[in-house]
Amino acid sequence: MTQKFTLNVNGKTHTVDADPDMPLLYALRDDIGLNNPKFGCGLAQCGACTVHMDGQAIRSCITPVSSVGDAKVVTLAGLGTPEKPHPLQTAYIEEQVPQCGYCINGWIMTAASFLATKKKPTEAEIKSALEGIKCRCGTHVSILKAVKRAAAMMG
Amino acid sequence: MTKMEKPTTLSRRAVLMGAGALVVSVGAPLGLDTLLGINEAYAQGAKPPLTPDQLSSYIAVNADGTVSAFFGKMDMGHGLFVAIGQIVADELDVPFKAVKVHMGDTATSVNQGGASGSTGIQNGGKQMRMAAAEARRVLLEMAAAKLGTPADQLIVIDGVVSAAFNRDKKTTYAELIGGKYFNVELAWNKEFGNTLYAPGKAQPKKPSEYKIVGKPIKREDVAPKVFAQEDYCTDVKVPGMVHGRMIRPAVAGSVPVKVDESSIKEFPGAQVVWDKGFLGVVANKEWDAIQAAQKLKVEWSKVDPPFPDQNALYDHIRKTVARKRQVEKENGNVDEAFKTAAKVIEAEYEWPFQSHAAMGPACALVEIKDGNVTCWTGSQKSHFVQNGLAGNLGIPRDKIRVIWTTGPGSYGRNDADDCAMDCGVLAKAVGKPVRLQYMREQGTGWDPKGPASIHRARAAIDANGNVTAYEFSSKGFSRVDVNTSGNNPIDTLAGQTRGIELKSGDGFGVPAESYAFDNKRTSWETIPPFLDRASPLRTSHLRDPVGPQIHFASESFMDEVAAALKVDPIEFRLRHIKDARDTALLKAAAQKFGWDTRPSPRPNQTGSKVSGRGLAYAQRNGTRVAVIAEVDIDRTSGRIFAKRFVVAHDCGQIINPDGLEKCIEGNIVQGISRTLWEEVKFDNKSVTSVDWQTYPILDITETPEKIEFALIDHPELPPTGAGEPSMRPLTAAIANAIFDATGVRIRRVPFSPDRVKQALS
Repeated sequence: MTQKFTLNVNGKTHTVDADPDMPLLYALRDDIGLNNPKFGCGLAQCGACTVHMDGQAIRSCITPVSSVGDAKVVTLAGLGTPEKPHPLQTAYIEEQVPQCGYCINGWIMTAASFLATKKKPTEAEIKSALEGIKCRCGTHVSILKAVKRAAAMMG
Repeated sequence: MTKMEKPTTLSRRAVLMGAGALVVSVGAPLGLDTLLGINEAYAQGAKPPLTPDQLSSYIAVNADGTVSAFFGKMDMGHGLFVAIGQIVADELDVPFKAVKVHMGDTATSVNQGGASGSTGIQNGGKQMRMAAAEARRVLLEMAAAKLGTPADQLIVIDGVVSAAFNRDKKTTYAELIGGKYFNVELAWNKEFGNTLYAPGKAQPKKPSEYKIVGKPIKREDVAPKVFAQEDYCTDVKVPGMVHGRMIRPAVAGSVPVKVDESSIKEFPGAQVVWDKGFLGVVANKEWDAIQAAQKLKVEWSKVDPPFPDQNALYDHIRKTVARKRQVEKENGNVDEAFKTAAKVIEAEYEWPFQSHAAMGPACALVEIKDGNVTCWTGSQKSHFVQNGLAGNLGIPRDKIRVIWTTGPGSYGRNDADDCAMDCGVLAKAVGKPVRLQYMREQGTGWDPKGPASIHRARAAIDANGNVTAYEFSSKGFSRVDVNTSGNNPIDTLAGQTRGIELKSGDGFGVPAESYAFDNKRTSWETIPPFLDRASPLRTSHLRDPVGPQIHFASESFMDEVAAALKVDPIEFRLRHIKDARDTALLKAAAQKFGWDTRPSPRPNQTGSKVSGRGLAYAQRNGTRVAVIAEVDIDRTSGRIFAKRFVVAHDCGQIINPDGLEKCIEGNIVQGISRTLWEEVKFDNKSVTSVDWQTYPILDITETPEKIEFALIDHPELPPTGAGEPSMRPLTAAIANAIFDATGVRIRRVPFSPDRVKQALS
């Protein structure tokens, strides 16, 4: 049986009619029309579906829509805009990080959540914060450069 | 603006521009006749046929003077469209930002082979250069007539043509042809695909005249990606679209014998599509389709498990009678030389099945409307997908449009083509547009695999320590058990599951290098697949098809011989390399690295943490790469940290050095992953590597500290490929570095901690 859920996503309120067990990812992609969180594995193993829930990076592919409640959900589209980019978005462009780019949500959203609380992280701390996120094209060297650049921008 | 433009994007912002233009309303479905439409050159006048012998098939000057380049290849993440834009802009003498490159849409481009064999610039760029040069020649002829000045007295700056001696006498490309088609025939060689070539009468510019080629120019598609503004093939939607999911057997080779459609009736719009071994479901909502695929009650046929124990894989390859053997190169009398050798050095190497394991499982959307098919796919080869859909659906090819749209990663014949075909079958069966995305376990478990293989090498040494003979042979599963695209239904799961007659191809390869020995033979053998139909271990092209496995073996072996002869590994290679560019390459790598000449292994290494360096080199279709790896090894844990790489790379003329470095960087990191971690596991029934836990890849914590480049530019030589060559010698460079550090030779990939630990103990 479906139920109605009211979700706060990127500062706007949306109502979706869904199976309570349906992962948040499908509500965001199919019901709300935000294509940026991607389906990578559905198993919380890759990060492609990562969004923020009250500032915490979570894997929307395993988060039931019924568990979101009134938490504030932010997706990559809500993180920054071309006019007002998040430092990680700026750094990603400067470092020309992505190849296929399908993994971007995992890295940027996780790093954004990490850098929001951790100032001046060491390289080891950055790597540890990003452990487990997948990039198949092998852009890891550029990802690290971009996160370090963004960390420097964020002081 | 030069960037990757998508027809889907264009249609949305289509507005009426200029007299006589077609009107495309926002959101209207794209028909074969509307194409890109507005503000594009071919919006006016009769359009010449979209055939390789027409200049308008490659180049158009728009009413506003911008240039559209229509490219029958596509970018898999290396910024290929930037390089193509640079080439076209330079030949035409227009600003780089005036060129838009449209890629891989069968309605706007001819079949240049798709993304294939690192030929984006080598072949595709060559054709675009010739087309742009011809367009400039034709435009100068038109300007000469208009201005009354001979063409050879005209100059072009930023699309403005003026008389060299009277700059006030001028016109522009836009005034000459803007918004109209070129009606110029080219001398097409009558081939499609990578070898398509259709020059005009014009000669391209001399390398010294290039102003844009050779410059580092950034990709403009990065910003849309990081601001979540770009639609991937996973993100395209059309009205009335339903969601599909496929169902695969638990025992490979098994087919459904009974399907209970009532078991999924709770899901709105749920429908089963079943045809012999083909089984899929659709539902109105994506989550419902996923659940329906899991809940559908299916009775499967009983079949014998098709696969041996994984431990028996290499013995199986050794013992199986080859289906095909081919000697590629032979000189001297190899067998005789081995008989008279003072000493013979020999070794055997093993490489597992590997998966493309793209970042996301493949996705496609197929809409069939009024008999016309439109397919959005991330396939590397949209023109071949068009043919495959025609065959699989029984619909004429000219009724099918395939629109390449950025996919979730692609490194060869992955699951994309199969997904497009399955999606087409579902859409035709249910009479609605269907979006199909595979699940993770299907992406990793059921993509065509890179073939497993064994490789034998031996060298004959005379009494003076000279190599008198060298023999190298590979034996493995074919690189074309299924072919490199979904061009033919026999090579697709949709064809194979629905009972089509099969034809498994044979292909492998031999080392590409310039070592000269008096007696030398290189050959390969292929064996049949374990399961001939719809197998999760069917084999095809995975990035640098069979290159990493062959050169892991051949370049490890060169090191083994050098070590046996107590010669520095680079010095040993330089003694035998006969190609001057190869010699320069090795020297450039050694210099950049700060190579200290000595034989391997490195002396006086004690303790649990040891370090080593290793080199390997290879050629690939004209490109040459030497890689030096520096690795740390923890003897206790068996962990390898591949920390520093120097890559010497010679691909002729460099079009965009920044793009080239990024391309190499991805090759190196993906190559480390394949070397240290990747092995498709299987049991008797099926593939058991089905996700990132069971098919681990390199983690960010293992990122090399440094990748350094020695790019060798040859502006005087035609550009060759870079998409794959640097992965080719990478594994051997790491293996050689491990030997240098430990004195132990590892001859089986991957170099996982357990295997390394075992080898060191």
